[in-house]
Amino acid sequence: MTLSQLEIGETGIVKEFTDLEMSVKLMEMGCLPGEEIKISRIAPLGDPIAIHVSGYQLSLRRFEASTIVLQ
Amino acid sequence: MKADIRVALVGNPNTGKSTLFNILTGLNQKIGNFPGVTVDKKTGFCQLPDGRTAEIIDLPGTYSIYPKSKDESIVFSVLADKAKAMVPDLIVVILDASNLKRNLLLYTQIADLKIPVVVALNMIDVSEKAGITIDVNLFAQKLGVPVVPISARKIKGIDELKNTIAYANKIALQQDTIDVDAIAPQLIAQIKDEYRIDNPYFALQLAHQHETLDFLSTTESERIEELEKEHSFHSQKAQATETIARYNFINDLLYDTVKKPETAHDESVSNKIDKILTHKIFGFVIFFAILMFIFQAIFSWSAYPMSLIEDLFIWVQSTLTKTLPAGPLVSLLVDGVIAGLSGVLVFVPQIAILFALISILEDTGYMSRVTFMMDKVMRKVGLNGKSVVPLIGGFACAVPSIMSTRNIENWKDRMITIMVTPLVACSARLPVYTLLIALVVPNKNVWWVFNLQGLALTAMYLLSIVSAVLVAFVMKFILKARERGYFIMELPVYRMPRWKNVAFTMYDRSKTFVLQAGKVIIAVSIILWVLKSYGPGDRFTQIDKTFSQPKYTKTMTPDSLSKVVASEKLENSYAGVFGHVIEPVIKPLGFDWKIGIALISSFAAREVFVGTMATIYSVEGDADKLQSVQEKMHEAKNPDTGKPVFTLAVAFSLMMFYAFAMQCASTVAVVYRETKDWRWPAAQFAYMTALAYTASFIVYHLLK
Repeated sequence: MTLSQLEIGETGIVKEFTDLEMSVKLMEMGCLPGEEIKISRIAPLGDPIAIHVSGYQLSLRRFEASTIVLQ
Repeated sequence: MKADIRVALVGNPNTGKSTLFNILTGLNQKIGNFPGVTVDKKTGFCQLPDGRTAEIIDLPGTYSIYPKSKDESIVFSVLADKAKAMVPDLIVVILDASNLKRNLLLYTQIADLKIPVVVALNMIDVSEKAGITIDVNLFAQKLGVPVVPISARKIKGIDELKNTIAYANKIALQQDTIDVDAIAPQLIAQIKDEYRIDNPYFALQLAHQHETLDFLSTTESERIEELEKEHSFHSQKAQATETIARYNFINDLLYDTVKKPETAHDESVSNKIDKILTHKIFGFVIFFAILMFIFQAIFSWSAYPMSLIEDLFIWVQSTLTKTLPAGPLVSLLVDGVIAGLSGVLVFVPQIAILFALISILEDTGYMSRVTFMMDKVMRKVGLNGKSVVPLIGGFACAVPSIMSTRNIENWKDRMITIMVTPLVACSARLPVYTLLIALVVPNKNVWWVFNLQGLALTAMYLLSIVSAVLVAFVMKFILKARERGYFIMELPVYRMPRWKNVAFTMYDRSKTFVLQAGKVIIAVSIILWVLKSYGPGDRFTQIDKTFSQPKYTKTMTPDSLSKVVASEKLENSYAGVFGHVIEPVIKPLGFDWKIGIALISSFAAREVFVGTMATIYSVEGDADKLQSVQEKMHEAKNPDTGKPVFTLAVAFSLMMFYAFAMQCASTVAVVYRETKDWRWPAAQFAYMTALAYTASFIVYHLLK
């Protein structure tokens, strides 16, 4: 299951990343394996999405969210 | 001012770094450029308690030492600068106390460079309110550096921070964070050896960033590349390994120094605002309402100061003409330099208003929501959510808007934004449109409410946005991406704008505009002045001779005579000659040589069109008032056919030309400055001129 499959308000815990380049950027911004992610909202046009992770709100595109594998 | 020590501020975005910088330096700051790159370098001076002066450098906010944008790449180049011209004696790392984990990643990287470090634990009040307890002493002891809790917003702990800066140790005493050597043992060892570097992390950074570091020569950079291949070094894999190792260190560090309450921190206020501002329907309604407001503000609020500036320059020009003896030098000063200066300064109110509003939107956190909402649409046409800001700004002026594209990390998105921004109907086009629309479009209402002239103007604005989007869409297929586009961005918590910051941005952007655009416009104005004031052979003396005959001097008032002479001279000047030369080229667009002169003279700045028209048609009385120019243009007849020159077809063809052509020397200059390659402004100039010619041609032949 990946992050992009979650609905608004649902949470999941990061297990791993499928994309090396993206993983470095995500980790730098606090999105780490073991952290809990909550989908806080989805942009009016369905993409990108906003997530709540390690005390911050980040936005990322659906494609980018699909590289985050959840436990 | 001479500084005793140099201090750099480093931290994540949205940690209050700029606020702290402003408190430490007061108004004693200046914005320059880092050598070789177009990243703003903010420096200021701060008086330390021991009497010494510290030079403070505010480095761009970044999440890590690995750069994701041009701005961020400056951080390591400053810290690693081999010439030591910029290397700080001390680094103040600003950490958000309410969220230490992510903030500490950058700290551990900086610490490993072994430059003396002081930690400023900012927003300590916010973290206390959230129930987070930090054992500051233990924390400082574990890091091996001084840690000062502060609140930059509430101006607390600043004296303690200044004290700590003053008495900080000159040698780096921080504890090691991770085992850097273990990441790439042989490679680091060899780089350390070949480049005589002691610090393993510095050596590792050379391996990662050698392609973008200015201080490395090409051969040095190639040698590092060779070494990387030899030791099969994979930059991203190494980064991932390093980042995970650093977070392990951070988790250990935080385990017994920071206690967080079990219940998750509630950010509900921000969340509630977001529910409305990024709502499916209200989100867009509010966004467009804000856009309309900005649009209105740029035009209506600036009207008064702009006419004040214009009047001031008209007064200066007429006073100088009256008091100084007539001659080429005075003419150069009045019609060349001062006219050029006026053309620059008149836009300052619009630019100041635009940037004040943009910085309020950025400061409050709303701009990142706009980016969030618009990303999907913008991506379809080859742009990026972040392109929205420069495109809106384009309605005021392309120059500062192109400067504001720097925060678009993706190279391709940024280039496309730069290429299409000048198509947006900037305020310099407004006087041209107003003049021409009033000339050919009747001032009456259709369907009760819609004024025809207003509709025509609105159509020109819509056309500009549509054309920008279409060109962006085409360029999406032409330009090759240099890196993968991604859109991982922080949505900061909403907060009140910092008014000082808004005022400063306003001042700073206006200043940059005046200096950047001013240089070019004045230079081009002087060249154009020469073209307009001198003619080939003895044509000018002939004109003077002819009009000094009694049949003219007796029958005409001196004022109207001098207007006629000026008009005659313009026709016979080099500019007039050029006008005649290009006439065959512009004839298919419906333009005669007089319009040709206007096109040439408004090459540097579009709004010059109105003034040139005034001179060509030797407008009597107040030549700077639109109405008198309009009357003259209205009466203008084609000498061959006897029909009016400015028909509907000609006026609209001309508007098309001004809508698309790159008639702005400042934009050309700023595009070069931002891209560092003449081919970009050249390509932009070429495509826009081609577009202008085609659009004018089509419109002229459709309406003829």
